[in-house]
Amino acid sequence: MSNQEKGFPISHIVGFLLSITFTVVALLVALKTDLPKTTIMFVIGGLAVLQAGLQLIMFMHLNEGKDNYSKIIHTVYAIFMAVVIVIGSIWVVTAGHSIH
Amino acid sequence: MEGKINTSAPIEYQSEQSKLNILGFWVFLAAEIILFATLFSVFGVLKDRTAGGPAGSEIFEIKDVIIQTLLLLTSSFTAGIVIFEMRRGNRRGLIIWLVITLLFGLGFLSMEINEFMHYYHEGATMQTSAFLSSLFVLLGTHGAHVTLGTGWAILIIIQLLTKGINPTTAGKMHIWSLYWHFLDVIWIFIFTFVYLAGVL
Repeated sequence: MSNQEKGFPISHIVGFLLSITFTVVALLVALKTDLPKTTIMFVIGGLAVLQAGLQLIMFMHLNEGKDNYSKIIHTVYAIFMAVVIVIGSIWVVTAGHSIH
Repeated sequence: MEGKINTSAPIEYQSEQSKLNILGFWVFLAAEIILFATLFSVFGVLKDRTAGGPAGSEIFEIKDVIIQTLLLLTSSFTAGIVIFEMRRGNRRGLIIWLVITLLFGLGFLSMEINEFMHYYHEGATMQTSAFLSSLFVLLGTHGAHVTLGTGWAILIIIQLLTKGINPTTAGKMHIWSLYWHFLDVIWIFIFTFVYLAGVL
């Protein structure tokens, strides 16, 4: 069998420990600190993005294979559209445009 | 696309069809990102429209949410081990880790069903307010995906038992693992922007 993986899944375990760490830090910042709400949202939002990046690269093998650029460009574009949809919708509805 | 098969590549890339299927599944995942983006934007717009019903901070049980998050994070890790064992050609290890992954997934699902029943008994139903409608649609769509993923994995286990690990079944397993990790990513955003933001 070619391309045997090493006997111990070290990168998976590192990824798992990191993912647990991001979650625990988000919990502590959200529930145990008295920072302003906006600061907390930016910190836990940033941790969610880190978590997503970790899953994409370490577990979903986004960088792997001959088609890696196609996968990366397509996925990044989808994430961009998701950000536009979410931020755009909330902005349009909360910025006072709905009065008119 | 080159016609030659690279035998040093992982097994799921050793069939041209499986390679294309994996790329195609990433295209599907992009559409799923947009699906969940629309549900998150509906929730983001309607989260304060409680219409006299309970707000998130009154009904969310943050301890249960933490357990759900740990179950799904762990199942994402064990799904990573599934692919690791598959690439080593270890069918027995693959199936054992896949069953463990599904047990974590079923644990998550049973907690989510309990959570919905708890909300129902608190008088928080889909009809109560725009906030709860958007909450149930977002959580329900995610939960339905996890349910589908569980059934899908069982079908792949049957194929692995009858056909073994070959480039075709390995491609299917790889695609399923992408789906499962993707659901974990969506859950992290639900955990952060629905539950944590809701109880701040």
